[in-house]
Amino acid sequence: MGNTIYMDNSATTPLKREVLDAMLPYLTEEYGNASSIYSTGRSAKKAVDTARETVAAAIGAKPAELYFTACGSEADNWAIKGVAYACQNRGKHIITSAIEHHAVLHTTQYLEKQGYEVTYLPVDKYGLVRPADLEAAIRPDTILVSIMFANNEIGTVQPIADLAKIAKAHGVLFHTDAVQAIGNEEINVKELGVDLLSISAHKISGPKGVGALYIRTGVRIENFMHGGAQERNRRAGTENVAGIVGFAKAMELATDDIPAHKAKLCKLRDRLIAGIEERIPYCRLNGHREKRLCTNVNFSFQYIEGESLLLLLDMNGIAASSGSACTSGSLDPSHVLLAIGLPHEIAHGSLRLSLGDFNTEEEVDKVLDALVPIVQRLREMSPLYEEVK
Amino acid sequence: MYTEQVMDHFANPRNVGELEDANAVGQVGNAKCGDIMKMYMKISDDGIVEDVKFKTFGCGAAVATSSMATELVKGKSIDEALALTNKAVMDALGGLPPAKIHCSVLAEEAIHAAIDDYYARKGIENPNPRKCDGCCESCHHHHE
Repeated sequence: MGNTIYMDNSATTPLKREVLDAMLPYLTEEYGNASSIYSTGRSAKKAVDTARETVAAAIGAKPAELYFTACGSEADNWAIKGVAYACQNRGKHIITSAIEHHAVLHTTQYLEKQGYEVTYLPVDKYGLVRPADLEAAIRPDTILVSIMFANNEIGTVQPIADLAKIAKAHGVLFHTDAVQAIGNEEINVKELGVDLLSISAHKISGPKGVGALYIRTGVRIENFMHGGAQERNRRAGTENVAGIVGFAKAMELATDDIPAHKAKLCKLRDRLIAGIEERIPYCRLNGHREKRLCTNVNFSFQYIEGESLLLLLDMNGIAASSGSACTSGSLDPSHVLLAIGLPHEIAHGSLRLSLGDFNTEEEVDKVLDALVPIVQRLREMSPLYEEVK
Repeated sequence: MYTEQVMDHFANPRNVGELEDANAVGQVGNAKCGDIMKMYMKISDDGIVEDVKFKTFGCGAAVATSSMATELVKGKSIDEALALTNKAVMDALGGLPPAKIHCSVLAEEAIHAAIDDYYARKGIENPNPRKCDGCCESCHHHHE
């Protein structure tokens, strides 16, 4: 990485040294299959069981309610398709929001093709789902509500406990994609009252290739992966033992002191937001100012386009991301930015800087020093900026 | 994702800016699609593109294709400029990712738009009228 300033921690995070150290034995000496009965197999099985206890405890779940998956997307797919298939005799209506991750949106769209009906709740200009909208959308045939804990693009944190309460009052299952929230918000599945919750290791400095789904005891859900008897017959496939062990270590570190982590990152986040607002005219902070992940900064810069901005930042050794169409491979900019009411041309000029444990105040200042002239340079080149000057 | 030539023309765009004494100015694309190209030309009485500059709102490929297109038409006759295809711009840049081909179309169209303007200012009927405004949403026609 050299001198790279990495501010794309919502995309993925660097593995922590302690996590790698915890994983290494299971990639080398302890290579056994957790389903085998001999010593190295038993050792792998024990490691998976211990990891399950750690991860479950970190979200206030029982170990028997936690199932390891290959990623957050698999957990989302399993939760939604699994409930949809298991509960189809009760109804075929699902409620979600307009700003979900594609792992949720593309899954519900897939189910729509199979005869399910899906309501996509709108959000306000900050990206918040209104509880009253959820209340109004629930029908007798509603079987599942899936609302993300915190948005990956604009960082808006939803009132999950309030939303889950509404679903529960109507006897409807509630799933939340907590991939961005885990480690950044206190999460206790029992206090929140959620039935299903998706998480992923690589967003909290764990390895890629492992996630988990919390399934409350008693929830009716079909299996997603068929095969062997792993994960108590519910998710087949040889366990990614090293990945699971790494996930547990990362979880332990990420949830050890969330208030301290939040305080540190909120300070960096607010310094970055204040710096941009002070030094760059014609910009707009996307998302909510307070109900916001401590890791997330998302701005739209008028008159310029996001991909150009990312390329120039990259030339300055800064890794970030954008909701511009040009970075998504489609003609339309981010569905999240459009859902909060941004016009296309403003959404095209968006920049997401997402912070992590490894970022420093010095890096924030360096990013600001690089960003100001880059935005100015692109504006000087933009025919849209002429009229403003 | 981008070739070295694209990155070079993006990082060091040639002929960027406005031309005070332009007698041909064309703009294509729209902000909704995420790219706008504006081309300024100074065309001599004997029909030579003496000078050319551009301004672009858009992605890396949009900037690079604008820059390359200005290089390719500078010093050329109107007919030669009109004969410049999006493919020639792409080839000169060593190729573009499939999703970015429309940027090269935009560059071709920007040149045509500027020359349209030249004819309009002169009160001459354009022998090669444009068919496309360079916004992919307007016609969804596939180019290569």
